[in-house]
Amino acid sequence: MSVAELSLDLVYAAMAVYALAMLCSFVELALGRPVPTEAAVREPARAASRRAVAAEGSVLTEERPPAPPAAPAPASGPDAGRWGRIAVSFTIVAALLHLAAVVCRGIAAGRAPWGNMYEFAIAGSFAAVAVFLVALRRWPIRLAGVVVVPFALLVLGLAVTVLYTEPEELVPSLQSYWLVIHVAAAIISTGAFTLGAVLSAAHWWRLRTGDEKRLAGIALPPAQRLDTWAYRVHVFTFPVWTFAVMAGAIWAENAWGRYWGWDPKETWALITWIVYAGYLHARATTGWRGWKSDAIALAGYAALLFNFIGVNVWLGGIHAPYSGV
Amino acid sequence: MTATLGAATDSAGAPTPPSSAPSGPVLGVGGWLRWGWRTLTSMRTALLLLLLLAVVAVPGSVLPQRSSAPDEVATWIEDHGRLGELVDRLGGFNVYSSPWFAAVYLLLFTSLIGCVVPRTRVHWNALRSQPPATPRRLERLPVHRSFTVEQPPEQVLQSARGVLRGFRVQAYDRSLSAEKGYAKESANLLFHVALLLLLVTVAVGQLVGYTANKVVVEGGSFVNADGQYDSIRHGARFDGADLDPFKVTLDRLGVRYQEDGPRLGEPRSFDARVTWNDEDATGTASVAPNHPLEVDGTKVFLTGNGYAPVFRVTDSTGAVVYEGPQPFLPRDSNMTSLGAVKAPSAAGGGLAFSGFFLPTAAVDDVVGPHSTYPDLVEPKVFLNAYRGSEDGRKAGSVFTLDTDGLERIEDGDQPWLAQLGVGESAELPDGLGTIELVDVIRFANFQVSDTTGNGPTLAAAVLALVGLMGSLLLRRRRVWVRATAGEDGRTVVEVAGLGKGDADGLVTEVDRIADELRTPAASPPDTDRPTGQERT
Ligand code: HEM
Repeated sequence: MSVAELSLDLVYAAMAVYALAMLCSFVELALGRPVPTEAAVREPARAASRRAVAAEGSVLTEERPPAPPAAPAPASGPDAGRWGRIAVSFTIVAALLHLAAVVCRGIAAGRAPWGNMYEFAIAGSFAAVAVFLVALRRWPIRLAGVVVVPFALLVLGLAVTVLYTEPEELVPSLQSYWLVIHVAAAIISTGAFTLGAVLSAAHWWRLRTGDEKRLAGIALPPAQRLDTWAYRVHVFTFPVWTFAVMAGAIWAENAWGRYWGWDPKETWALITWIVYAGYLHARATTGWRGWKSDAIALAGYAALLFNFIGVNVWLGGIHAPYSGV
Repeated sequence: MTATLGAATDSAGAPTPPSSAPSGPVLGVGGWLRWGWRTLTSMRTALLLLLLLAVVAVPGSVLPQRSSAPDEVATWIEDHGRLGELVDRLGGFNVYSSPWFAAVYLLLFTSLIGCVVPRTRVHWNALRSQPPATPRRLERLPVHRSFTVEQPPEQVLQSARGVLRGFRVQAYDRSLSAEKGYAKESANLLFHVALLLLLVTVAVGQLVGYTANKVVVEGGSFVNADGQYDSIRHGARFDGADLDPFKVTLDRLGVRYQEDGPRLGEPRSFDARVTWNDEDATGTASVAPNHPLEVDGTKVFLTGNGYAPVFRVTDSTGAVVYEGPQPFLPRDSNMTSLGAVKAPSAAGGGLAFSGFFLPTAAVDDVVGPHSTYPDLVEPKVFLNAYRGSEDGRKAGSVFTLDTDGLERIEDGDQPWLAQLGVGESAELPDGLGTIELVDVIRFANFQVSDTTGNGPTLAAAVLALVGLMGSLLLRRRRVWVRATAGEDGRTVVEVAGLGKGDADGLVTEVDRIADELRTPAASPPDTDRPTGQERT
């Protein structure tokens, strides 16, 4: 078996395990039962003092930290939380297989494994899962996996059915170390913006339902915390995306003799950047913070996705060799 | 809220016009101007203009643009009739140089100036002033801790100075006021100023810069001088006399294509071997995609290549009226190429030929003659012939023949068609002449761009990135520590914090300070166990 075939088999294996993870988290939703809060389950120690922080700008006094959080309420039925934790374990295993698939692809091609749309899709979906898992170590956002994992599964499914191509040497226009730098930054930001979009959407939903409403019986973190996390993810990702666009411009200057040519791909990268800048602004603008800034973040994500799908399929341009389809 | 962090005041909340008369909304000119300026420079307007800029950038990605695809624009207009003309009149094919696109970004940047200047002033003052007085009621701040210790207040405040590392600290009555993260606002201002700078450097670069193209066959050369290029685009302040007159000769163009598998024929490498010389130096270089040649700050890029069949044409008198390579324009990935050979000086009013060059020829009933592989395996030209010569005014392109007013040469009742391999020749009917395919060489398409404007643009972009990272990743917060003697002889310590956008981090920071004050490392080990206020 060649390394390229091994990579493809690893993709299939990762898909199978992601599917298991997805099933487990669906079981969690189906069996949903009240849990104190996600925060209390995952971080009993720190959650208490953190919960003391009310919405920025509002006033909250904490004379003394509250009593230690109550132990999780006894299960009133099947232990849904356990299914959720199993889902996370499966997600970790799948992500390792997924990473191995990306690495093998790189070995098979003898270069950074993001030279065409197939490779971008498998690397980008890995980045989305990886960012989610890293964020999960810090924040109790397990339920975001209900969106991130099926998303990765969908992208991998499209990759192996529609986008697959054998690993080959690159066309001359892509033979540059700027490919490694520029596309790596784009992949990381795409993965991270995915989590940002999920958190912003969750925040929007939370604003509409109020903090008490449960999702299939499972308590979601309160709106204010979702907003903070969404903001943190975007704040981390926006400079990476800025760098990706700039690296692209430097590469374009080196490849085509102009750093900016309003090619559709460049234009949409800029549109994405502007919309996300709008999100950061909106959060500092009276009357815009809340569902409006969430909507802008989601619009930014839509522009990002359009750049990888819509632009390749409909708009063409000189980036076309990259599409590889 | 008793205290706010000074930066980023938002005037959007109150863009109410200043009334000159208290009785009604009668505004003087000055009032309206002030109102307009205040509205334009508000955060809300900045946000709306940003979103608007994103929207107006879209049509240029959907419609073909003259700057990059003039032919597609012509086709689009033709295909859409009245609509095409209307879109053209609205600037739909020059979106990024259209007045409405410019209006949006100029307004945005005006707003930016109007925003940055006052913020800079405020921040400058903040930088030179001390942290503000401690609010009377610290418990009303977002984060607040309170506990008692054994040490006297002075000693607590003394150790607090050590604990508040990285803060600017000002002592007030029985308390310390500390602030850190001024650099966040500085970085944010730097970012916005760098954006302005970026706009300016891009504009200046375009004013003085130029981009030129030249098709060069193997053995041929070009000189970097105005008028020597096939096409040149330059800014309004460009002066052709400033060009450095270096010369580039194409010695050989090497190509390599995928030779097997599903990606058969995909390009793998292009490599133009060139010799260059300027006034005082000469050298050889390899110009390839992603590897431009740089001479005197001007970059030479390889942006395309193709085949130049070498022809020899004789006329009815036997005189050689054309001899040399003629670039044919590739039109698919297998280098099926289109071109024309023009010999206007041939006897009888001129001869002309037009047709295909195929590096690996195949003839198919459906698609006609076409190429199946981009490299030279079975090179052939297919040519029709014409008598006469192009109208001088219309004879624009070297690649195409305008057959208006030319007479197609027939062979019987069929158009005459020559199919030539290398070294073969064909005779025109009625002794009109001959055409021979002598050889096939390659041509390169070079693009020459001046790079003088790029340095400042890159610098502005890097400044923007640095400013952005500082602005987003640094934390700005205020912390207060108050120590008062309690009734039981112990000292009541309060620690409170105020931050922006980083609730979790603020809690951690205030907790750290509180913890360190509660258990000062230097104090006697037995007295500092906190009281019942201790958290678990
Ligand atoms: C060229 C257009 C602009 C772009 C691309 C842009 C981009 C950004 C970005 C990305 C941030 C986030 C940095 C941060 O939150 O610290 C930001 C912050 C900010 N911008 Fe702009 N901006 C633009 C124009 C303006 C204008 C016209 C104003 C004034 C009305 C303005 C005022 C601010 C303020 C006050 C902040 C700080 C917000 C905060 O405290 O979080 N910006 N801008």
